[in-house]
Amino acid sequence: VITRRDFLKSLLRFAPALGGLSVLLENPRRLLGAPEEGEYDAASHWYGMGVDVDRCIGCGRCAEACKEENMVPREPYFFRTWVERYIKKTDREVYVDSPNGGINGFRNTEIAEKDILRSFYVPKLCNQCSRPPCVQVCPVGATYETKDGVVLVDSKYCIGCRYCIQACPYGARYLHPVTRVADKCTFCYHRITKGLRPACVEVCPTSARIFGEVRNANTPLWRFVRTHELEVLKPHLRTDPKVFYNSLDSEVR
Amino acid sequence: LTVDGLFRLLAEAQKHITGFIYPNEVELHWGLLIVLYPFITGLVAGAFILASLERVFKVREVQPTYRLSLLTALAFLLVAPLPLLAHLGHPERAYEIFTTPHFQSAMAMFGFVYAWYLAVVLLLEVWFDYRKDIVGWSQTYTGWRRTLYTVLSLGVRTTSAESLRFDDRAGRFITIVGIPSAFLLHGYVGFIFGSVKANPWWSSVLMPVVFLFSAIVSGIALVILIYMVSSWLRRAAIDMRCLDKLGQFLFYALILDVGLELLDFVHRLYEAEESIDILADMVRGRLFVTLVVVQAILGTLVPFVSLATTLAVKPREWIRKTVYFGAGALVLVAIFFMRWNVVLGGQLFSKSLRGLTVYKIGLAGAEGVITSVLLALLPFMVLLLLVKILPPWQASKAPATQPGDARPAKPAHGPGSSSNA
Repeated sequence: VITRRDFLKSLLRFAPALGGLSVLLENPRRLLGAPEEGEYDAASHWYGMGVDVDRCIGCGRCAEACKEENMVPREPYFFRTWVERYIKKTDREVYVDSPNGGINGFRNTEIAEKDILRSFYVPKLCNQCSRPPCVQVCPVGATYETKDGVVLVDSKYCIGCRYCIQACPYGARYLHPVTRVADKCTFCYHRITKGLRPACVEVCPTSARIFGEVRNANTPLWRFVRTHELEVLKPHLRTDPKVFYNSLDSEVR
Repeated sequence: LTVDGLFRLLAEAQKHITGFIYPNEVELHWGLLIVLYPFITGLVAGAFILASLERVFKVREVQPTYRLSLLTALAFLLVAPLPLLAHLGHPERAYEIFTTPHFQSAMAMFGFVYAWYLAVVLLLEVWFDYRKDIVGWSQTYTGWRRTLYTVLSLGVRTTSAESLRFDDRAGRFITIVGIPSAFLLHGYVGFIFGSVKANPWWSSVLMPVVFLFSAIVSGIALVILIYMVSSWLRRAAIDMRCLDKLGQFLFYALILDVGLELLDFVHRLYEAEESIDILADMVRGRLFVTLVVVQAILGTLVPFVSLATTLAVKPREWIRKTVYFGAGALVLVAIFFMRWNVVLGGQLFSKSLRGLTVYKIGLAGAEGVITSVLLALLPFMVLLLLVKILPPWQASKAPATQPGDARPAKPAHGPGSSSNA
């Protein structure tokens, strides 16, 4: 016969187990071998970047840091990120350049100052599209979208057909001259999954690049999105970029 | 090509850039090899469709070129994947496209379309068409040839009237299946380009259709040339009824092809979307020689007018022969440069629509000129071999294929095809 006292005692004894069970029920992903406490959980992130054109001074440190961090070939034909300079002239002509991706800064042009209406710098990188045309066309699935919304290339699986390079509307991909596989910006995936910021964001002296979560309110990107009128590049192609620009001039493509 | 060699090419290319291009666009990724690939598959599809004219649509006049067309299609199809393979950064991983195809990718379908066309359509059709002859040769020849033909007969040794009727029906059925397959093979190649929304020069719903009709044009032109040259080499008379018919079909196909390309051109010009200025710059500048001079004037207008005149006036035989040969050669050059203008043209302008780059090619290396030239010649070597193994000339070499055992449902052989070297 179980007395009331015994019953309550046994309940107390099982309480921790019941608690554990309720945690499992709350988060059934645990049952499926999802990350342990403290481990990186890709599914709980959705990364994006903001670019504030008004703040960029064209120093090119982002492009330099990217090459350093990601061992991008130093030759001026391979970039994961670069900076473009736009000079709008009074005669409505637009001059654009990006010498060595802006790494060495920008020299004065021969355009007379009185002919310049406005000029500005635009940092470019992979837009980490939510509907990435590069992923769509990869014949072997070597380029893919991670759960946290970053488009990556499996360099051990890529066959080097370069269809993804053709499909990217932003010129964000290149064929690595040594590994002979497609290469591109990863948002510094090896850093962000450890809670660090991408190298380009880290070194930007004016905070023109803002990294964070597209869905999580507690990040700088969220604040940036809330307080600015943002644009994406080539919206008519419906690639749904996750790189958002403030003060983007319509001349920028 | 070494890494340093690549950097030298890129440094050279950078000197010729006009306007602004994205920095990653200095390297142009699909070069001469990828020009060659749609050119070759186009010839396959075109030659096959020509063969089907005789088989399915009962155009009896072109019968002397039936087997030659099939073998031509087969020879070029066997070579078709090689330029693709040579251009890959990692050719040793090419099998992945078969083992783990990514079904959203148009390119991933290559394996299936290719295997279907090669194994199911072409090989089967050739086999059914030649089976009776193969059995005959395996009996008349000795030594390694006997072994070869015995193997090729795949153990089906009967030549009963019933079995030959089956061969013929099967061949006809495969051709009927083969026509949409040929459309698929080359339409699909067009789709690879036409579906790239990032590229305004490529992105067009007409692209697969234009590729297809230009394929038919090029296939007919190629068979005309091969038929004439092989007849001269064999000192056999050319069947003028056949040649006139081929010339006629070349002309009709050219009308459709030109019509479609003009439609595409006018449509682009009339819509005049944001890319029109840079594309116009490109056509007036870097593509002027290959597009306007070679493709449009020399390769299209000249053969068009000369074929039309010849068909209308019906001049003497040697003039007709000259016109057909010349028109065929020019058309082939034009279609090659059509592929060139599509593939390279799509990469000569920046996706920023602000500048133009150039195409620089090295001599050596997997993607160099030498590889491309060899790959362009290879199908002819393969064809030579195929013709040795499976002579397409109607009165076959082997003396003892039973006389009077002509294939059913086949007309009497044309006069030009009866002799043999």
